[in-house]
Amino acid sequence: MSFFSKFFNNEKKEDLDKGLEKTKTSFLGKISKAIAGKSTVDVDVLDELENILVSSDVGIDTTVKIIERIEARVARDKYFASELQNILRDEIVQLLAENNTVDLEDYSLPTEEFPAIILVVGVNGVGKTTTIGKIAHQYKKQGKKVVLGAGDTFRAAAVDQLKIWSERVGCDFYSKGMNTDPAAVAYETVEYAITNKCDVAIIDTAGRLHTKINLMKELSKIKRSISKKMETAPHEVLLVLDATTGQNAIEQAKHFTAATEVSALALTKLDGTAKGGVAIGISDQFKIPIKYIGVGEGMEQLQIFNKRAFVDSIFTGTPQE
Amino acid sequence: MFESLSDRLEGAFKTLRGDGKLTEINIAQSIKEIRRALVSADVNYKIAKEFTDKIKDKALGTENVLKAVKPGELMVKIVMDELVSLMGGQAAGINIKGEPAVVLIAGLQGSGKTTFSGKLALHLRTKRNKKPLLVACDVYRPAAIDQITVLGEQVGVPVYKEVENKNPVEIALKSIKYAQDNNHDVVIVDTAGRLAIDEAMMEEISNVKNAILPNETLFVVDSMTGQDAVNTAKAFNEVINYDGVVLTKLDGDTRGGAALSVKYTVGKPIKFVSTGEQMDTLDVFHPDRMAQRILGMGDIVSFVERAQEQFDEEEAKRLEKKIRKNKFDFNDFLSQLAQIRKMGDLKSLMNMIPGMSKMTKNLDIDNSAFNKVEAIILSMTPQERSNPEVLNISRKKRIAKGCGQTMDDINRFIKQFDQMRKMMHKLSKSPGMAGMMGAGGGRNRGRRR
Repeated sequence: MSFFSKFFNNEKKEDLDKGLEKTKTSFLGKISKAIAGKSTVDVDVLDELENILVSSDVGIDTTVKIIERIEARVARDKYFASELQNILRDEIVQLLAENNTVDLEDYSLPTEEFPAIILVVGVNGVGKTTTIGKIAHQYKKQGKKVVLGAGDTFRAAAVDQLKIWSERVGCDFYSKGMNTDPAAVAYETVEYAITNKCDVAIIDTAGRLHTKINLMKELSKIKRSISKKMETAPHEVLLVLDATTGQNAIEQAKHFTAATEVSALALTKLDGTAKGGVAIGISDQFKIPIKYIGVGEGMEQLQIFNKRAFVDSIFTGTPQE
Repeated sequence: MFESLSDRLEGAFKTLRGDGKLTEINIAQSIKEIRRALVSADVNYKIAKEFTDKIKDKALGTENVLKAVKPGELMVKIVMDELVSLMGGQAAGINIKGEPAVVLIAGLQGSGKTTFSGKLALHLRTKRNKKPLLVACDVYRPAAIDQITVLGEQVGVPVYKEVENKNPVEIALKSIKYAQDNNHDVVIVDTAGRLAIDEAMMEEISNVKNAILPNETLFVVDSMTGQDAVNTAKAFNEVINYDGVVLTKLDGDTRGGAALSVKYTVGKPIKFVSTGEQMDTLDVFHPDRMAQRILGMGDIVSFVERAQEQFDEEEAKRLEKKIRKNKFDFNDFLSQLAQIRKMGDLKSLMNMIPGMSKMTKNLDIDNSAFNKVEAIILSMTPQERSNPEVLNISRKKRIAKGCGQTMDDINRFIKQFDQMRKMMHKLSKSPGMAGMMGAGGGRNRGRRR
């Protein structure tokens, strides 16, 4: 039947729906209010649409872009306001598709090579360590040998936090303790992964604000030291973004990309009331695909980003079977 | 990427010259621009709308005032004043009267509760002569207890914890008893991060609050939060009716519209702002700075502060002396370059200076602009660096080869350096200058003692 049955088992779908439930109802409510009593898409409807998108953190620039596209379509053919939902959904999916977001089918490794090296970066408190735990769990479930590298040697008890995750997941753990050189930890984690024939190494880093030049330089150094041990690595640089973050997430994406060539995004805390619309904005401005979404604190509450499922869950509630 | 409000408004008023009168029609566009500027700064869109409606009324009411002022400037002033008055009001301290006084900390995951708890403990211990106790009530997140334990050690404040106990209400209650027995006069209860829609967790924090009856309940919010700040602030307020708000991570470049959203929605004062990972980076809230920040109008105070952060007093004195004696050399120049670099991205630095953002908007400032100059200096021998006078043609040739640049480049740079040096020397002799070059030094001398 639909592709959802292929990609989402029921349990997962429920999680996503539950996570996006709040988003859904408010979005739908607003749209129906916007189009009530209107027979065609006019300026008022578009204005209301602007409010809706902006209130989901999509950001002015991207919103204007979406509105302009819809305006162009409406000018071409007359649409009824009731069709607005579909047009809007189409446009956002299209926007995500244009920007390289290819839906993955599975928690596959970013490379065929062994070991695959994943470096995880982001500002403070976005949920890097939790996301690492969840990804490790998925790989572990596939029977892969995983090692977590404790590269956050700065924040109090960060190493312990990752260690507890490795125990929960039942995977290997590499650390040099607190206040050690994170670049050395990264290097040696890769070394560990090679010697112990791991399938994948996931390396944690300390949260840092993208405006701290020296810390961003440290991040570039961490990446270089990984490449020193294994030329093709890291195979993935995952930037973790908090869905509650507003327009500053765009600046974050910009600076982290400059420092480490971010190759994938993870959007966390989507189980709250935040809409995560900034992800659309980021996908619009940078050619970085959104790969994972976090919908809770549990080990299983990580999902592969599926643009149609994501947009559908926002606009129409339960995906149609 | 962000345009400042004044730039936006200037564009909106281009059509309207001389007159200086604001009317319903000619401010429509600028009202829209103000709204968009606010939304781009993450102010909730509904609040931005209500706010701009108010601005409109105010602006139309000032018809006959200040004919001389440009309408754009007048609008910016109205917006600024309104923002400041909205966020400001009376400065509210925290209530730490009690035996012991109890402070409850709550907020979303990753907002910075635990770090703030540590900072508050240090603040109370060193600035207010209190004997605080930190309480570890996050029983969920892995290693949360370890984190607060480490922070407690860093700030020299004991931590009350029960590793096996999973009941935060019990832990909080027992900690108060412990504080009484051990003569602690303030108890800071750090709790787990929770989402406002998680009913079970919200009930838990409500139970904690009802059990310990805190003197002060603080809601911690990440200054980078977007439109959702309103929902979260409201939901937490309904459940725990907090007394004040803490804004964290303000050391980034977020515009911080969430501050306005939260203040506007719940009307609770912003009591602290947190600006770094070091334990002493806790500050009181300045409504005027926040307003400037939201409007993207440059933040000269932060600029000076950032400069001071990197400023080395000894170094400044040494430099001042050298300049006076006309002995400023390439080594000094290099170390100055390094200091500027440490302060951050050049463009973002320049944007902090009011009026600069307009100039730098279309200017691509390359952070590597200094690289060429640095390469030249680094190709000099130590002797050449400390005695610029010795540079002759053959030395310059060698330097050109060493840094891969042409003789012209070298000559130009050395000429510029000479001019700069002369200028600095001259300035250092004029009376007004004594303060300026050693600006940081002079001020710090006054401040630190």
